[in-house]
Amino acid sequence: MAYSEKVIDHYQNPRNIGTLDKSSNNVGTGLVGAPECGDVMRLQIQVNDETGVIEDAKFKTFGCGSAIASSSLATEWLKGKTINDALTIDNMDIVEELALPPVKIHCSVLAEDAIKAAINDYRTKQGLEPIVDGKKHY
Amino acid sequence: MLKLPIYLDNNATTPMDPRVLEAMLPYFTEYFGNAASRNHPFGWKAEEAVDYAREQIAKLINASEKEIIFTSGATESNNLALKGVFEMYREKGNHIITVNIEHKAIIDTCRHLEKQGAEVTYLEPQPDGRVTVEQVEAAIKPNTILISVMYGNNEIGCINPIREIGEMAHKHGVLLHTDATQSIGKIPVDVLTDNIDLASFTGHKMYGPKGIGALYVRRKNPRVKVTSQLDGGGHERGMRSGTLNVTGIVGFGKACELAMNEMAEEGVRLAKLRDKLERELLTLEESYVNGSTEHRLPHVTNISFKYVEGEGLMMGVKDIAVSSGSACTSASLEPSYVLKNLGLDDELAHSSLRFGLGRFTTEEQIDFAIDHVKTAVIKLRDMSPLWEMFKEGIDLKSIEWAEH
Ligand SMILES: Cc1ncc(COP(=O)(O)O)c(C=O)c1O
Ligand code: FES
Repeated sequence: MAYSEKVIDHYQNPRNIGTLDKSSNNVGTGLVGAPECGDVMRLQIQVNDETGVIEDAKFKTFGCGSAIASSSLATEWLKGKTINDALTIDNMDIVEELALPPVKIHCSVLAEDAIKAAINDYRTKQGLEPIVDGKKHY
Repeated sequence: MLKLPIYLDNNATTPMDPRVLEAMLPYFTEYFGNAASRNHPFGWKAEEAVDYAREQIAKLINASEKEIIFTSGATESNNLALKGVFEMYREKGNHIITVNIEHKAIIDTCRHLEKQGAEVTYLEPQPDGRVTVEQVEAAIKPNTILISVMYGNNEIGCINPIREIGEMAHKHGVLLHTDATQSIGKIPVDVLTDNIDLASFTGHKMYGPKGIGALYVRRKNPRVKVTSQLDGGGHERGMRSGTLNVTGIVGFGKACELAMNEMAEEGVRLAKLRDKLERELLTLEESYVNGSTEHRLPHVTNISFKYVEGEGLMMGVKDIAVSSGSACTSASLEPSYVLKNLGLDDELAHSSLRFGLGRFTTEEQIDFAIDHVKTAVIKLRDMSPLWEMFKEGIDLKSIEWAEH
């Protein structure tokens, strides 16, 4: 498997690895995947309640290099975005940016799922409806 | 300076020993004859070389030259042994006993034979990867004609009690075939004292060339015959037609001679290096050796690192060439059926690496590998949500995973 330079860069220098306080009201946590599938991604966002802007984002991923790179890239993109803008991140944007081959598309889907799950968790904590996730799974 | 990447995948194939290459070279251009050409010196010279190699090979396993059938490698030897015995002894019975962690060349050949009317029992090994004599004996039925159990396993290196299985098989009048591809040339294999009737092996796992292998077929007590799977000139006592690969055979012979002379000392050296590697890597928490550590080939270790994913780990250990047991199933990268059939727990929440040391492995390389693997595992665990949960004492099985 040949990885693109960007995947290798994110793998070697992952951005925003870490953990936010998941009990905090302005932190949303998304945990997706399953150990038996060989990939688990946890993505967390810390949101400014007033502005709705994501001030911090962290991830931890158990998975292949593409999954690690997808989640690392996602945290980069999330920081500074509003929740609403964050919802527009599409897995195909990740595929394109990281030049993922077809067999690795599901790694990017996982990252998009993780973003949505984190946002839903945050919304639930704020007493808002979770947004229905329309993404089909691969 | 160490040259990277470091080759630690000697179970997949070995580099050729320069002494083997040297022995082969004249047979490409100068002595290029067909060993079956009886009418001129070109053929005689080739035949002479083949005869000599046959002796070198037979000697390594304590067989006689006439019992060595040349093939293209262990895959073909396994096919010839199983299909050849099944066809030859069909009227005696149709039942074959094997183990579910054999090499694909055995498993798939058995599957093929099942379609031809064979009945095959696939034994489950013990947790250490070995089968017991009792287990094999219990599977014997009146229609059993053949037991095929590998000598040493290619993924975890565990060694089966072949001698005892052979003794038991003979008591029942059943033939014993062993895929000894990973063992011959690495540890002493003696077809007589080990009670082996058929044994497969190959040049490229013992510092010889690729594309040449052999099947040992016993000639006495009992006299074993296999039906040829290739029709043609009737070479190799009618069991395997085709012009002999003289250069390959010369190299294979030389490789066997070298193994014979150096195996004992080399085995001790490799076990020492392997043990060092293993000991150091086991200092990482939640790392485990797969398979028997008591009955094992001296140059192999297979270690699982929990909470680290296989493909991610392979990417992290890019400066060493090893093979990995498991990876993400979503991308249809199949986890190793060998490890799966050993019943490893937590299936894919861990990944494993197989290290195969070899004649050209140095201590300096092993020291590098230790550091390299440790660094990668620690780094990936820092990134792993599963590791964090484990550290917090959360039971991964208690979580409802959103499987996709
Ligand atoms: C146990 C075992 N049997 C058979 C084979 C096949 O050998 P060859 O490559 O010579 O066909 C291998 C090598 O992968 C092996 O490890
Ligand atoms: S997470 Fe499954 S292949 Fe990337």
